[in-house]
Amino acid sequence: MKVTFPHMGTMWVAAKAILEDLDLEVVVPPMPTRETMSIGVKHAPEFACLPLKVNVGNYIEAFQRGAEAIVMAGGVGPCRFGYYAQVEREILDDLGYPYRMIVLEPPKGHLGDLINEIKDFTGQRSLRRIYRAVRLGLAKMAALDAVERQAGIVRATEAEPGATSRAVRKATNLIDRAALIEDIRTAGQRGLDFLEAVPRRDGEPAPLRVGLIGEVYMLLEPFVNLDIERQLGEMGVIVERHVYLTDWIRSHLALDFLRMDHERETRKAAEPYLRHWVGGHGLESIGNTVLYARRGFDGVIQVAPLTCMPEIVARSLLPVVSQDVDLPVLSLFLDEHSGEAGIKTRLEAFVDLLTRRRESRQRAGRPAVAPQLEVSGHRR
Amino acid sequence: MDDVRVGIPRALLYHEYAALWTTFLSGLGAEVVVSDPTSKTILDEGVKAAVDEACLPVKVFYGHVLDLCRKGVDYIFLPRVVSVERRAFSCPKLLGLPDMIRHNLRPFPYLIDETVNLSRKPRQLYGALWRVAAPITRNPLRIAQAWRRATKAHAEFQDRLRCGYIPGIQAAGASGGAIFTEMGRADAAGAPGLTVAVIGHSYNVYDRHISLDIVSKLRQWGVHVVTADMVPHQLVQEEMERMPKDLFWSTGRRVLGSAYYLLRSRAVDGLVHLVSFGCGPDSLVGELVQRRAARLRTTPFLLLTLDEHSGEAGLVTRLEAFMDMVGVARR
Repeated sequence: MKVTFPHMGTMWVAAKAILEDLDLEVVVPPMPTRETMSIGVKHAPEFACLPLKVNVGNYIEAFQRGAEAIVMAGGVGPCRFGYYAQVEREILDDLGYPYRMIVLEPPKGHLGDLINEIKDFTGQRSLRRIYRAVRLGLAKMAALDAVERQAGIVRATEAEPGATSRAVRKATNLIDRAALIEDIRTAGQRGLDFLEAVPRRDGEPAPLRVGLIGEVYMLLEPFVNLDIERQLGEMGVIVERHVYLTDWIRSHLALDFLRMDHERETRKAAEPYLRHWVGGHGLESIGNTVLYARRGFDGVIQVAPLTCMPEIVARSLLPVVSQDVDLPVLSLFLDEHSGEAGIKTRLEAFVDLLTRRRESRQRAGRPAVAPQLEVSGHRR
Repeated sequence: MDDVRVGIPRALLYHEYAALWTTFLSGLGAEVVVSDPTSKTILDEGVKAAVDEACLPVKVFYGHVLDLCRKGVDYIFLPRVVSVERRAFSCPKLLGLPDMIRHNLRPFPYLIDETVNLSRKPRQLYGALWRVAAPITRNPLRIAQAWRRATKAHAEFQDRLRCGYIPGIQAAGASGGAIFTEMGRADAAGAPGLTVAVIGHSYNVYDRHISLDIVSKLRQWGVHVVTADMVPHQLVQEEMERMPKDLFWSTGRRVLGSAYYLLRSRAVDGLVHLVSFGCGPDSLVGELVQRRAARLRTTPFLLLTLDEHSGEAGLVTRLEAFMDMVGVARR
């Protein structure tokens, strides 16, 4: 059985490693293009959020390359993503694609359900084999995350535009080819070395720092966010995302306990504004905006698909947060009609604003890095 | 001392819990003030106050809260209804609504925004009732009594919905009662007219302004109207059990389950699905219903997307065309 899965940034590297280690033949869908998008838009519901549309495009393109089954994540809501697989199955059925859809639902209480599901479609591989495969995948994700985090810093001062992105591509390929845990570590390290070797500009003022918050798929998939990290980096801005691949896997598979401290900190930071989780990353978007302000970032950009429910809650509250913690916030709700040029103009304007803001603060004798801000609560 | 004035916005979940909430709060001794039915002013104000990205029902809700502020109340009753049943939730925007209102519409009367989450711990409800009552009364007897009355009123309200009573429109009484007790086609009982189901969130179907009063229009044309609330819960449950995966939105489940039932049983001559522009659950539920209807090809189906720009003339034209189709299909 040839299996495929939807794209989300560099997740394909890890997904491919896990499935191949379980002796499955893997068809990685072609990297998403305008063509993928238009296939998805044609068949997916008009008012669905963007990731679903791109997923459908991925499946159809993977089918043309021989895929027979889809591995897709499920969810328990209330974000729409949890029901994606069900709607996608209906769409593919109606179009006559004889796909088998394997949905990995987050375990309800215990890991047993998930493991049985995996055993079922991998032909009863032993628990040990599954563990090995998952470990391999997680190691790749960790390596990729480290490279991407570092790239967000290096790109801001690269001497030649595009050098960082090339280094990241090289690193991704190395990590993809690594077959053993030790190789993956080495590959990850070499990836970081590539970035270290990127020639940098110097003698400039410290770059601006911007935090990217919002919906995970839109943040992780450069095709749909119009390569926002590269765009900002090439404008000389250091970029950090509030979720990386490993964060998503952890929170989606209800393995939150692995990073409880940070979760608690985010929740606490969000509390004056949002006192309850709202699905997706809505609560994290609010909490991390506050945390970015405390860390002295210059601005925050929210990226989400149009009609994204958790992020609309966050969007409603961000103007208040922004004012309270004194941090500019730009919200970008994107869909299939968003174009790179339009977004670029808005990003340039935002970066311009951040630059001037920093300059005027320096003239006023205030430190370049904002002081730690205590957030005043609005208990009413 | 004057009674505490508690305002309830006539929007979103009010349309499902009207009897429960008003009976409970007045039983506690509060003076209950419900905002006016949705009007153009309420809608316009809501659109202005909410973020552009919000869906229509949330914008309408903002308008109703502003209406209550104008009326002058001490508290606004806005419980955070996370979940009313096991493993099913409200949509994310309802979960965040108290916070959105608190921060977007300040300065502002106090909110009674107790969290209701019965997904895992149904007993959580009792603590919630106590805290809701706190600003009004701390007499446990009175709270217990008010709650008993409220649940009774809620059960009656739901019974009436099942029998064809459509809130805000008219008590259909006998004319709407018979069909779903036996779940046969209307004509089997000798009723001459066409039967059309109007399904969707109760805050769309039961809000005459938002739905452009589609139910009354159909009735004027002699059409017998059926809503999702008239389909017994048991049948909705059976439909959902046939699905590979249950839906995790409580209101979405009822809409999807009843639509699937009505399509399968061919109990109606036509199906109209009212969805709100920008509604997340509707974008998927609407798609599933539409695909099922297209596959079965037995019941004409109309998906109507409502937004703040919906015009009456456009709607009537589409509805007329749809009814022509229903008439042809029936013959």
